[in-house]
Amino acid sequence: MPKKSPKANADALHRVFVKINGKPHEADVESRLLLVHFVRDVAGLTGTHVGCDTTNCGACTIMMNGKSVKSCTMFAVQANGASIETIEGLAKEGELHPIQRAFWENHGLQCGFCTPGMIMQAYWLLKENPTPTDEEIRWGISGNLCRCTGYQNIVKSIKAAAEEMR
Amino acid sequence: MAVSAVFGASVKRKEDPRMLTGRGSYTDDIKLPGMVYAAFLRSPHAHARIKKIDSSRATRAPGVLAVYTGKETQDRLGAVPCAWTIPNSNLKIPKYNPLAVDKARYVGDPVAVVVADSLYRARDAVDLIDVEYEVLPVAIDQEKSVESGAPRLYDDVPNNVAFDWKLSGGDVEKAFKEAEVTVKQRFVNQRLQPTAIETRGAVAQYSRGTEEMTVWMTSQNPHVHRLLLSGMVGVPEHKLRVISLDVGGGFGSKIHCYGAEAVVAFLSKQLSRPVKWVEDRRENYLATIHGRDHIQYVELAAKRDGTILGLRAKVYANLGAWLSTASPGVPTILFGLMLSGPYKIPAVACEVIGVLTNTVAVDAYRGAGRPEASFIVDRLIDVLAHELKMDQAELRIRNFIKKSEFPYTVATGLKYDSGDYEQALRKAMQMVGYDRLRKEQKELRDQGKLLGIGISSYVEMCGLGPSRVVRSTGFGLGLWESTTVRVHPTGKVTVFTGGHPHGQGEETTFAQIAAEELGVQVEEVDVVHGDTGMIPFGMGTYGSRTTPVAGGAIALACRKIREKGRKIAAYLLEASEDDIIFENRKFRVKGSPRNEKSIAEVAIASYAAGEGELPPGMEPGLEVTTFYDPENFTFPFGTHICVVEIDTETGQTTIKRYVAVDDCGKQINPMIVEGQVHGGITQGIAQALFEEAVYDPDGNLLTSTLADYAVPTAVETPSFETGSTFTPSPHNPLGVKGVGETGTIAAAQAVANAAVDALSHAGVRHIDMPLRPEKIWAILREKGLAN
Repeated sequence: MPKKSPKANADALHRVFVKINGKPHEADVESRLLLVHFVRDVAGLTGTHVGCDTTNCGACTIMMNGKSVKSCTMFAVQANGASIETIEGLAKEGELHPIQRAFWENHGLQCGFCTPGMIMQAYWLLKENPTPTDEEIRWGISGNLCRCTGYQNIVKSIKAAAEEMR
Repeated sequence: MAVSAVFGASVKRKEDPRMLTGRGSYTDDIKLPGMVYAAFLRSPHAHARIKKIDSSRATRAPGVLAVYTGKETQDRLGAVPCAWTIPNSNLKIPKYNPLAVDKARYVGDPVAVVVADSLYRARDAVDLIDVEYEVLPVAIDQEKSVESGAPRLYDDVPNNVAFDWKLSGGDVEKAFKEAEVTVKQRFVNQRLQPTAIETRGAVAQYSRGTEEMTVWMTSQNPHVHRLLLSGMVGVPEHKLRVISLDVGGGFGSKIHCYGAEAVVAFLSKQLSRPVKWVEDRRENYLATIHGRDHIQYVELAAKRDGTILGLRAKVYANLGAWLSTASPGVPTILFGLMLSGPYKIPAVACEVIGVLTNTVAVDAYRGAGRPEASFIVDRLIDVLAHELKMDQAELRIRNFIKKSEFPYTVATGLKYDSGDYEQALRKAMQMVGYDRLRKEQKELRDQGKLLGIGISSYVEMCGLGPSRVVRSTGFGLGLWESTTVRVHPTGKVTVFTGGHPHGQGEETTFAQIAAEELGVQVEEVDVVHGDTGMIPFGMGTYGSRTTPVAGGAIALACRKIREKGRKIAAYLLEASEDDIIFENRKFRVKGSPRNEKSIAEVAIASYAAGEGELPPGMEPGLEVTTFYDPENFTFPFGTHICVVEIDTETGQTTIKRYVAVDDCGKQINPMIVEGQVHGGITQGIAQALFEEAVYDPDGNLLTSTLADYAVPTAVETPSFETGSTFTPSPHNPLGVKGVGETGTIAAAQAVANAAVDALSHAGVRHIDMPLRPEKIWAILREKGLAN
């Protein structure tokens, strides 16, 4: 059995400092801790969900340093020093974000499990492209799977949000 | 002054605010003090004898509290139950343990379980368990598995045949003797993976003091799980509480009682610690039930003028490695009884052979048996139309049951409650511009372009179901539904329901029912579901039953409350009971409309119960519990029309248009109905074009990740044009029928019919799903249509 290299100290903990929705979070974590587990279990923000293990479903989508990322495909240590936004941070002072309102008005969710990731991706999409066509919206959310809605009302919701946010 | 109705309005959903803001309570969100984590060791072999398990290294690993194997737990953990024991089928229910004892029977079969103080450490320890397997030959394909000499999964199930079920109505022999034309076809209704975005999971907590156990879990039917789990883990039913709060999709896969949740419950009892387990996606694909998987041999007998005389089918249904909760009934009762579809087929016969194989169990998946039937029926109609050189729409209309003929008893014995099939078809044809499309198809053909038009006219049995009928088929319990409707002293209302929506919106639609019946605002009604500690025994949500059956129960309960309210109002208004009517949300004296009482005023009087408040001798309070047993199934129906274009270079099938006309009777919330239709159609399209669960000859699941199993994204999914017709159910208290599964029951064959239609001029009459580009490409080359 191969000897364990003294340098490969996989058990060593690393200090991670992040800002999530404007609040600081600091913890000592294993290098292999996924960012989504940091968000859910260390920071206690369970709005971001896990739906797969191959980066396909997008339920774990959050904003990191101004871009959408799939937090299941990052380690928490990679996010050290980052500024993160999750679904919990979208509504400000009890007021829903226009994207959240649009999903509500247009029945853009059914079971709700893909919704936080879908909304965060839509948030980034509309930042990059405030006037997307239906096709651009569909491509923009092609990394987020929904099994309930058939996407039509999600596209409608994002379109409506774009209108309101212009 | 008339008040606008809330029943029938597209009210915004009450459940949305928490889901939109990340405040849902899904099972993996549950965190309890002292909670520990379970992880399973799963067999890497599809069929293997377990010779030895050495868990010593795992037990010593950091953070590990315990490791258990099947042998160690078999006397304390009961076998996984099958709750649909179909009669007269030579049914054999082999013993299948939550943790494999002597044999592993599919790749993913749980062999041992580790409990540790963190998820990561539990997974680490799983890798430290050493198992000595004796690998055995495998049986994967259901037709091969029944052959003599095929590897046997269980000693007491010869030829792996778990049942042999037959159905016969009318004189099928005569039909085929008199046939002027016969159409024969072999179909494969391929295996699918339900893929709710939330995987399964459970958190169990046992209290040594009160000997009560609470299990939070991903369930579509908490009481059913409570009943079945109590037997498996030895906790009395009344001391077990199952709580299923938010569930991230089910589609049937969370109905069933699996071994894993029982193991979690068992662990919490053993360790007196709360224990959590949540599947990852790979486990979900390996070990959560799959759907469909039929090999079907079907024949249709007809006259030259297109009149269908009879249909017979022989089906090999793959059941996987054990009999899951409902798995015997899905490919038999829910399939065979629907083999005449919306047509007048006077003779129907079918035989279904249920086969065990070294794959994961197959059980109800959205549509559950009905898509497997509707696909056959409507594909055969198209094959017949092609054979007779008749238009597909015309042939359907010729054979439809007519509106005036309802209720109509079909050859299989079902009594369809109401329908107007021709109206739905004509509406769909008008919406899609059928005649113009046929012209366009001809023009494009002349240019070497391939446009196809596929019609799917379906009817489904849902609103499961009348208990006497259901029990006669061997289903474990009746399929009534319960509710308690409670009007509080302040006039607010709580509806406790045995239905358990997991995306279908009943927290809103049930509030709409109660608001309409009791004259309150939707905001004043709270709908509670999912917690066995709070609701009366409920049978749960599947089979498109929640709106008709659970909704029906709520309507009946509200009407009883209104009747009591009427008596109280009469007393308060000092009028005779006969003079009190309920109009525009208030109890009023006939002819003296300003003398009115609201339900809130009546409620407070019922609790105050004093002189001048409650009629003498009347029980105080204003709440009713009702169990509603429907007198029949309900039969939603419709027609979908799909237009596809086949790329002559690549074989890719692209949906250009998809029109759906569905009739689910009265609609409580049209926005929610449309959402259900969209989602169901998408899954049906996915079956037609993209999805297939594939095992290799050694029993390895090749589609065990979302990178391999092609669930469509927003790019592959087309837009839908939806319409409705409204044919109420005459026996349902609300006239509603249910609509959750119509999409999957209609869509696959709409797409398949369209693709075949695009190629039928070259002699193509059938292509098995999924219609992969390479399959179509090969046909194009063979038929000289390729570019």
